[in-house]
Amino acid sequence: MTASAALHPGLWLAAAGVAAVFLRGRARQAVLLAAPLAALAFLWALPDGPHGAWSFLGFEATLVRLDNLSRLFATIFAVMAFAGALYALGQASRLEVPAALVYAGSAIGAALAGDLLTLFVFWELMAVGSTLVLWSAGPQAFAASRRYLAMHLLGGVLLMAGIAGHVAATGSIAFHLMRPDTVATALILAGFLLNAGAPPVSAWLPDAYPEASWSGMVFLSAFTTKTAVYALLRGFAGTEILVPIGLFMVFYGIVYAILENDMRRILAYSIVNQVGFMVTGAGIGTEMAVNGAAAHAFTHILYKALLLMSAGAVLLQTGKRKCTDLGGLFRTMPLTAACGIVGALAISSFPLTSGFVSKSMVSQAAADGHLQAVWLLLTAASAGVFLHAGIKFPWFVFFQKDSGLRPAEPPPAMRAAMVLLAFLCVAIGVVPGPLYALLPYPVHYVPYTAGHVVAMLQLLLFSGLAFFLLLPMLRRTLTITLDTDWAWRRLAPAAWAPVEAAIEVARRGVLGPARDLLARAAGAVARFGSPQGAFGGAWSVRAMAGWVVALLAALLILTYR
Amino acid sequence: MLAQHLPVLVAVVPLVAAPLIVVARSGFLGWVTALLVAAATTAMSAALLAQATASGTISYAIGSWPPPWGIEYRVDAANALVALLVSAVALVVVPYARRSVSAEVGQDRQYLFYALLMLCLAGLLGMALTGDAFNLFVFLEISSLSTYVLIALGRHRRALLAAYQYLVLGTTGATFYVIGVGLLYLATGTLNFADMAVRLADVRDARPLAAGLAFITAGIGLKLALFPLHAWLPNAYACAPSAVSAFVAATATKVSIYVLMRVYFSVFGVDAVFRDLPTGAILAVLSVAAMFAASAAAIVQPDLKRLLAFSSVGQVGYITLGISLGSAPGLAAAMAHVVNHGITKGALFLLAGAMALRLGGTGMDRVAGLARTMPVTAFAFVVGGLSLIGVPGTAGFASKWALVSAAIEAGRWWIAGAVLLSSLLAVAYVWRFVECAYFREPPAGAPDRDEAPADMTGPALALTAAVVAAGLFASPVLEASTRAAAALMGFAR
Repeated sequence: MTASAALHPGLWLAAAGVAAVFLRGRARQAVLLAAPLAALAFLWALPDGPHGAWSFLGFEATLVRLDNLSRLFATIFAVMAFAGALYALGQASRLEVPAALVYAGSAIGAALAGDLLTLFVFWELMAVGSTLVLWSAGPQAFAASRRYLAMHLLGGVLLMAGIAGHVAATGSIAFHLMRPDTVATALILAGFLLNAGAPPVSAWLPDAYPEASWSGMVFLSAFTTKTAVYALLRGFAGTEILVPIGLFMVFYGIVYAILENDMRRILAYSIVNQVGFMVTGAGIGTEMAVNGAAAHAFTHILYKALLLMSAGAVLLQTGKRKCTDLGGLFRTMPLTAACGIVGALAISSFPLTSGFVSKSMVSQAAADGHLQAVWLLLTAASAGVFLHAGIKFPWFVFFQKDSGLRPAEPPPAMRAAMVLLAFLCVAIGVVPGPLYALLPYPVHYVPYTAGHVVAMLQLLLFSGLAFFLLLPMLRRTLTITLDTDWAWRRLAPAAWAPVEAAIEVARRGVLGPARDLLARAAGAVARFGSPQGAFGGAWSVRAMAGWVVALLAALLILTYR
Repeated sequence: MLAQHLPVLVAVVPLVAAPLIVVARSGFLGWVTALLVAAATTAMSAALLAQATASGTISYAIGSWPPPWGIEYRVDAANALVALLVSAVALVVVPYARRSVSAEVGQDRQYLFYALLMLCLAGLLGMALTGDAFNLFVFLEISSLSTYVLIALGRHRRALLAAYQYLVLGTTGATFYVIGVGLLYLATGTLNFADMAVRLADVRDARPLAAGLAFITAGIGLKLALFPLHAWLPNAYACAPSAVSAFVAATATKVSIYVLMRVYFSVFGVDAVFRDLPTGAILAVLSVAAMFAASAAAIVQPDLKRLLAFSSVGQVGYITLGISLGSAPGLAAAMAHVVNHGITKGALFLLAGAMALRLGGTGMDRVAGLARTMPVTAFAFVVGGLSLIGVPGTAGFASKWALVSAAIEAGRWWIAGAVLLSSLLAVAYVWRFVECAYFREPPAGAPDRDEAPADMTGPALALTAAVVAAGLFASPVLEASTRAAAALMGFAR
C-alpha cells in the first residue's frame, strides 16, 4: 500500500464511525464532525490516478482510482456526511450517526474503487452500514430493515455472480465501460440498477427509508442510490435500455408521490423520480448527458437532504408524518419552513437554485441527441416534480390550513445544518462555475440564457397555476377523507388513473401471490426443519443407518459399469 | 536432527501426552500439558507447511522401513495446511477450555477431558499426515472414539444419547471406509496411497475399484456429515461441552473432507472419479441439497448451538460442492473453505460457549437482549455470522468468491447461482441471532453487563479477529489452498 493511499478518505471515515461508537460526550461530537471534514481534506490531498494497490483474492486490486467522476461523487458524499452529522448531533440513538459514517465511508470507498472487486467489497459494506442506520430508528423499523437488507443482499448476489462471471470471462477485474450483452455484464447491470431503485423493485426505497429516524433518512437518501448512479455512469454510460428504465422511474416517482399522504414517503418517491433523471442521463451517455447526470446527483443530494432535514425537523418537533395532520407550521417554524422552501425550489429547478443548473443539462442532452420523445417526457416530468415536491410538500406541511400545532424551531445544530445546505443550494445556483469545473467532461453549457430562464419560469408558473386551480377541489375532499388513498386516486388527473391502476394491478398481482408464497414457504421450513419436524427433529439411529445404506446402494448402482 | 522426524512427531507428541495426563490425574497439570502440546504441534505444523511449500513433498518412513512396505508419512502443501488448521484451533481452544471445562465438566473428570482432547488431536493429525490407508483407519478410530467420549462429557443426559448415536453411526462409517480400503488392497496389493495411485492405472477390472470408491465415499461422507448422512451432527455438536463443540466443529469434519480429497484426487485421480464415474454429479446434488435444506433448518432451531450445527452441515455442502467440480480451482476453493469455515465456526462455537457460561445455556430465549448484557460477545458473534453469509471483509467471502469463480469457470452457472442464493438463507439464520440479541429485552433480573472472563473471551475474540484478517488479507489462504490443490492433484508424480 502506497503512502498516498494510507489517506483513503472512505476507510478513515468508516474507521472514525466505528471509533465513535465507543466515545461519549464532546469527544464523540468532535469525532463525528471532524471525520467527514478530514475525509474531504484527504480526498483533495490525493492527486488523480490510481493509488493503493492491494492483493485480494489473487488479483492485483486498486483501492483508489481518482479522476473527475470519482472525485465528484466522493466529494459530495463527504460534504453530505458532514451536514448529516451536524444535523443529527442531538440524535439519541448511540448507533445511528456512527453507522452513518461507516455507510458514508463505504459509499466513498465504492465511488473511489479502482476495480470491480474493490467496488463490490464497499458495495456490501454499504448495505450493512445503511441497514444499521435504519435499525437505529427502533423496533418499528425492524420489519422494514429486514426487507431492506434482504433486497440489498439479493442485489449483492446478482452483482457478485456478474462480477465473478465477468472476471472469469475476461480474466481482468478492471472496471471500465461495459455493454450488457453477456450474462455476466447483464447481472452486473441488474445489481447496479437494484440499488438505484429501478423497476421492478423500486418499492424497496419508499418502503424502507420513511421508517428511518428523523435524521436517519437524511443519510439514507444520499448514498445508496447515488453510488448506483456513479456505477452506471462509469460502467454503462450509453446503454440504451437505461433510457426507458430511467423514464419509468421518473413517472413512477411522480405518480406515487402525488398519491401519497406521508410527507417523508412523498420525498422517498421523489428520490426514485430524481434518480430516474440521472439513469436516463446515463442511458443517453453523451458527454453532456454524463455531465448532467453527475451534476444532478451532486445537487440532488444537497436539496433532497435539505428537504428531508426540514421534514425531519417537523417530525421531531410534532411527532406527525401525515400531510393531513400537519399544516400552518410556518408560524412557529419559520426557519424550517424557509429552508424547506429553498429545497423545494431547488428540486423544481427554479432559476438561481442548484437544481436549475443541473437538471436541464440532462434534457438538453436529450435535445442535442435528437431524442425528441425523451426530451418531451423529461420536460413534462419537470412540471410533475414541481407539483409533488415543489409545491405539495411545503404547502401541506407549512401552510394550507392551521392544524393547531405550535411546535418550536428545532435545536441549533439542526438549524445550522439546514442553513448550510440551503446556502449551498443557492450558491451553486448563483455561481455554477465551481460545480461545472468538477464535472467529468468540459462544460459548454450556459444555464442562464434568457431562453432557458423564461422557459423554466413558464413551466413552473403554469404547473403552479394548475396546482392552485385544483386546490379548492382538493381542499373540499381533504376535510373528509384524505387518509384513504382511494380519494386521492379519484382526484388524480384522469390521465394518470389508468397508468396508476395498471401499476396497482401489477403490484397486487405480483406482490400478493409472492407474499403468500413466501408465507407458505416459511411455514413449510418451520414444519420441516424445527426440532419437531421431519428434518430438524430427532432421527432414530435406524433412520440414520438406513440413509447410510441407501446412499451406499445408490453410489454402487450409479457407478456400476 | 529432530527436524527430520517432524512429520511423525506432530502426531506422536499428543499421543504420548494423553497417557501422561491420565497418570498425573490432575486437571491443572493436564491443562498445562495440553497447552504445551498444542503450542508444540502448531509450531511443528507451521514448520512442516513452510518446508513443504518451499521444497515439495516430505516423505518419512516410520522405523526406517521404506515405503511402500513400511508406513509412510507423506507431508505436502495440502495436509500440512490441514494439520496447521487442526493444531492452531487446538491452541486457541485449550486456553479457553480451562474455565469452560471447570464450569461444564465435573472436577474429578477434568484430567480425562484433557487426555481425550490430546487423543483426539493425535488422531486428527495422524489422519492428516499419514500416507497409509490402514494407518489412516487407525487414527480415524482414535479420533472418533475420543470424540464420542468427549461429547458424552456434556452436561445434560441428552449428551449420552447423542454420543451413542454418533458411536453407532461413526463405527458404521469407519467400517465402510475399511471395507473400501480392503477392496482397493485386493486390487492393488498395497496400502500406501502413493503406491496405490501408481498401481491403480494397471488394474483391468474397474468394478471392484468403483465399489471401493462407493464404500469410501459413504464411510468418509458420514464422518464429514455429507447430506443426508449428517443426522448425528446436530445433537453431537449441540450437546457436547462448549470447548469440544468448538474444537470438533472446526477440525473433525475438515480432516475427513481432506481424506476424501486425498482419495479422490490423489489416489484415484480426477479422470477416474469425475470423468468415468458420475461421482461429481451425485456429490453436487447432495451438496446443493445440504446447502438449502440444512440452512433452512438452521433458521428455525430454538438453540444457538443447534443453529450453528445445522449451519455446519450447509457449509460442508459448499466444500463438497467445490470438490464435485472436479477441477483444480474447485478443489482450491473447497480447501480455502475448509480453512475459512474452520476458523469461523470455531470462533462462533467459542462465543456460544461464553454465552453458555453466563446464561446457563444457549437457547434463543436466553440470548435475548445479549447486546445489552454481553455486548462484545454479541458483536463478535455477528462478525462470525457475517462470515457464514460471506460478506466481504470476512473469511467466508474469500472462499465463497473462489467457489463461485470456480463454478463459473467450469461453466456451471447453476451451481454459482445455488451458492449465492443459499447464502441468503444464511442471512436469515444469522438475522435470528441479531433479532434476539439486539432487539429483545434481556430477561428480568439479568445483570447490567456481564461478559465472560477474559481467558474465554480472549481466545474467542482472537479467532474472530482471524476471521476478519483472513477476509481482509485473503490471498495467503487462497494461495495456500491453490498450492494444496496442486499437491493433491499432482500426488503420485
